[in-house]
Amino acid sequence: MRTFSLRDLDSDFVDEIESLDFIGTFRDCYACGTCTGGCPVHRVNNDYDPLRIMRMLVLGLREELLKGEMIWLCSDCYTCQENCPMEVKITDIINHLKNLATHEDNTPLGVSTQKKLLMDQGKIYIIDEFDNKKRAKAGLPSLPEMAEEARKLLNKR
Amino acid sequence: MKYSLFLGCTIPARSRNYELSARAIASRLDLEFVEIEDFSCCGFPLEASDEMGAILLGAMNLCLAEEKGLDICVLCSACASMLTKTAYHLDHDQKLREQTNKELAKIGKEYKGTVKVKHFARILLEDVTLERIKKETKQNLKGLRVATHYGCHYLKPAYIYEGFDDPQDAQTLELILETVGVSNIQYRRKKDCCGGPVLLSDEEVALKVAEEKLRNVKEAGADCMNLVCPFCSLMFDANQKGIETKSGDEFDIPVLYLPQIIGLAMGFSRKELGLNLNSVSTKELESVLEA
Ligand code: SF4
Ligand code: SF4
Ligand code: SF4
Ligand code: SF4
Repeated sequence: MRTFSLRDLDSDFVDEIESLDFIGTFRDCYACGTCTGGCPVHRVNNDYDPLRIMRMLVLGLREELLKGEMIWLCSDCYTCQENCPMEVKITDIINHLKNLATHEDNTPLGVSTQKKLLMDQGKIYIIDEFDNKKRAKAGLPSLPEMAEEARKLLNKR
Repeated sequence: MKYSLFLGCTIPARSRNYELSARAIASRLDLEFVEIEDFSCCGFPLEASDEMGAILLGAMNLCLAEEKGLDICVLCSACASMLTKTAYHLDHDQKLREQTNKELAKIGKEYKGTVKVKHFARILLEDVTLERIKKETKQNLKGLRVATHYGCHYLKPAYIYEGFDDPQDAQTLELILETVGVSNIQYRRKKDCCGGPVLLSDEEVALKVAEEKLRNVKEAGADCMNLVCPFCSLMFDANQKGIETKSGDEFDIPVLYLPQIIGLAMGFSRKELGLNLNSVSTKELESVLEA
């Protein structure tokens, strides 16, 4: 385990996240470990540990959380959140941390590639003429190549 | 019963077997689907990197259905959770709603909160009803041993889903299967997810999670798996060969979508249900069914 100096602790960061309506409080976490016990990713990779993420958050270890790779291993399965006896919104929190990490340029290539695809075409997969031919052959209705309206919406911000 | 059908990105491009079989059984059950051309991605892939963008996409799709006055039927569990979650937050958070509508106004839309989002399986249960499914069953699938994978987003987060099923002890998909006679079999760590979303950040970890599940299903002696999400299918069906190569184990477990199984009971052909499009061969299932 690494040691941290007091300077690493960022309490504004903790307050800021706690003030978000859709997250609510997480200081009630009493480190019971239920989240980690049921986590499917933890089972195959011991380095991944939602309880540790929660402790780091409560302590305000902002840099460590947002610059590291740990949060990106969460599979967004909500098992921990459903199991938590203190109703901490663990998965929603980790998801928000991923957003904050993105502001710090810490995003896996796969995730940023998908974002670019959506900005460019409004859908992950383009439906080309060949796809529509196959769809027609199977008796399925044809679809537009891209989602124009969605593209506009995302790019007008 | 009339719903707008939300396909999302993955299904029309990669999972025609799911779309085909869902449309096939829907037509038999008087469940009418209306196509909405402008439906886009649900927003799910943006949740981790651009949460406001995800809400905007979700909201735009909700608006499109509102304009037609139709509730939304969703086939993909990730789409179901994204659209339901978006509606939940917009209905509970006035500030977010104002912010969202300001952006939507730029493309001439406004979210009003008048439509409901439901997963296809939930519609089968709540609107079509089990009695109706039973009535359309031509071939009882007795003897078919099915391991159901609920996956995560079909049920979770529970706070958005009004308790239509219990994530700690899910029943709905097996209830539906029961009506067509299959034996629902239980297996270890049934609630675990497939690892899919981790594919984007760490493929090895993702495939390991899926491998665990395949092993548990195999151990329990299932003839096939049952699921309701194209991502889950990607992990267990499309990636099964690769997982076998890596682990040196043979699983050989056909992975079917719920409407493919129901469709078999209704007497649809393999082709009508897209069973020829599944990655792991589904041919051997026929011998189970004939026996
Ligand atoms: S389950 Fe909840 S209370 Fe227990 S350690 Fe995890 S976050 Fe804390
Ligand atoms: S949501 Fe993330 S942290 Fe929670 S159990 Fe699933 S993978 Fe683990
Ligand atoms: S789940 Fe994925 S692929 Fe499906 S629509 Fe939603 S985002 Fe697009
Ligand atoms: S099982 Fe996998 S793909 Fe299916 S809902 Fe869970 S994480 Fe998503």
